[in-house]
Amino acid sequence: MELALLIDFGSTYTKVTAVDVESAEVIATARGLTTVETSILEGLEQALEGIKPHFAGALPEFQHRLACSSAAGGLRMVAIGLVKELTAEAARQAALGAGARVLGVFAHQLTAAEMEQIDAGCPDIILLAGGTDGGNRDTILHNARMLAAARCGSTIIVAGNKSAAEEVRDILVQAGKDVRVTANVLPELNKLNVEPARETIRRTFLEKIVEAKGLRRAERYIQGVLMPTPAAVLNAAKLLATGTGEEPGWGQLVIVDIGGATTDVHSLAEGYPTRSGVTFKGLPEPFAKRTVEGDLGMRVSALSLLETVGARKLAAIAGRPEEEVISYVHAVHDNVELLPANENQWKIDTAMARVAADLAMERHAGTLETAWTPMGAMYIQHGKDLTRVPYLIGTGGVIVNHPNPREILQGALYRQEQPTILRPQTPRMMLDKDYILAAVGLLAEVKPTAALRLAKKYIVEI
Amino acid sequence: MEEEKKQLTLVLGVIGADVHAVGNRILEYALTEAGFKVVNIGVMASQEEFINAALETDADAILVSSLYGHGEIDCRGLREKAIEAGIGNIKMYVGGNLVVGKQDWAEVEKKFLAMGFDRAYPPGTMPQQAIDDLLRDFGFTQKC
Ligand code: B12
Repeated sequence: MELALLIDFGSTYTKVTAVDVESAEVIATARGLTTVETSILEGLEQALEGIKPHFAGALPEFQHRLACSSAAGGLRMVAIGLVKELTAEAARQAALGAGARVLGVFAHQLTAAEMEQIDAGCPDIILLAGGTDGGNRDTILHNARMLAAARCGSTIIVAGNKSAAEEVRDILVQAGKDVRVTANVLPELNKLNVEPARETIRRTFLEKIVEAKGLRRAERYIQGVLMPTPAAVLNAAKLLATGTGEEPGWGQLVIVDIGGATTDVHSLAEGYPTRSGVTFKGLPEPFAKRTVEGDLGMRVSALSLLETVGARKLAAIAGRPEEEVISYVHAVHDNVELLPANENQWKIDTAMARVAADLAMERHAGTLETAWTPMGAMYIQHGKDLTRVPYLIGTGGVIVNHPNPREILQGALYRQEQPTILRPQTPRMMLDKDYILAAVGLLAEVKPTAALRLAKKYIVEI
Repeated sequence: MEEEKKQLTLVLGVIGADVHAVGNRILEYALTEAGFKVVNIGVMASQEEFINAALETDADAILVSSLYGHGEIDCRGLREKAIEAGIGNIKMYVGGNLVVGKQDWAEVEKKFLAMGFDRAYPPGTMPQQAIDDLLRDFGFTQKC
């Protein structure tokens, strides 16, 4: 039997999934606490205890032992570009798509105050872009000189104007930085090119960050900590959308991942205008796009969610009094392990999740702007048109464990009263019922078709 | 253009809510053939798009088209935005059907030059005219 052990070192829990590769079956899942402070292996062993009973009390030999991680703060990055809407945005997209937690995005010439901010955040990797190939050089050179003096951030990936890249590298190398030069994230104004930067980020993660986060010890038992967890989810999404040489995928899809600290949305879609008379404007969109909402979460970010939505609105959605909602939100924020204990608390938890799905999708989806012309109204589209996307998939603790996940996911759908926000209109609603997307993304690295079959089997319509 | 000289980068686009796309494509083709690096931001381009594109690509000139008669309103303030963005010295040309109907061209030209354009062109101007002017304005003596 060909077996795979897929591990997700999360910020709180270490989750393991044992898979029979040939039959594409999940044999067992279990979790332990993430123990990155002492030894990452402790929590892993605890989790492995949990699957032993499914193997008659002794762990079998797993041919594939792969992990992803968002432990120890995840992959923390800063993205830097020239124009906010152009190279700075392209750099941000590259970092998000590589599964990073983006601490800050900076445009134009860095100031001393911004350098302080970067030093205070102390990112694992800085992604430095700016200028199209043959375009502006001054800004990226200035920014390289500023970064040369930075106290934090010793690893810098350069993905800007190729005509300045070598000079940028020299400046940073002389300052003792570890510099990796890759292709420009925006080589031409209308050409986004985030894949080489994403790949370089991932390689850097493997070589350096795994070590720095104390995950290397885990590699005694497993073959590798391959990528940050969000990158594994995006990897799974890509596989499920595009398929493999042997088996077709589902086509365009959107994933809403509601977590304790953030709500992520992944869209695998071109997002071209679906209506005639609409002109697309702005940076081209990556087919695989990830956005992260740091203010929308069920536990760690519960208070910021409350603040963003407002107590009155959240109370109205939950159908509970405001005071009750406020006190529940504080309770789950202060004790992140807390689960709803009665029907009223379920209502509040559901409302929080629904609102997170709603706002995260609103921010992810493209918009239509009306321009009044001599011929009447014309429409300009920014971002992706997701109205015709056929699949909407829900994942994350609340959705997976919810008695009525559909109610949560519905928050993400297109609304008549918001016709300019291009959210999915009538997708099939799917659930990642065994919470296996990250595992699928890992297995995809070695057995893509088996991983695809696993995803198709365990992501079910609701 | 001569080999050793730097290839000029031009930002090209149709400003405002203007959808006339044919002339824009012809201009892109003619200017590219003439050896320029053309960054075409297409129709319905806002002032910010022109400026941002010029900034990232370190463009030498901005060529604005306006065909539908609202050029005056759409173009006003473009030079000031360039100054704000730190590229105040960039060359700017404008052409198409800049105003509604048939107005006295000398008056129209004066208006657009006062707005900060280096050159303004009357309806029906051929792309070659702009090519010749670009070469002259950037000190190229040789024709392509
Ligand atoms: C086709 C067309 C349309 C099509 C456009 C389809 C498309 N997506 O391209 C449609 C039907 C959508 C359309 C709509 C309108 N149109 Co119309 N349209 C035309 C038409 C018949 C041809 C345009 C064309 O393609 N010309 C061929 C190209 C090659 O020439 P060009 O665009 O002039 O560009 C060349 C030169 O001008 C020059 N050039 C252009 N820019 C620049 C810049 C520089 C720096 C330089 C050096 C040179 C230069 O070089 C270009 C290449 O050779 C013209 C009339 C005409 N015969 O020109 C009217 C015309 C442009 N339209 C006009 C009008 C009024 C409109 C509408 C407002 C009509 C309405 N009320 O509904 C709308 C506006 C829509 C909008 N929001 O933009 C008027 C403009 C009047 C004015 N400015 O005084 C014109 C002149 C017709 C007229 N005589 O009334 N139109």
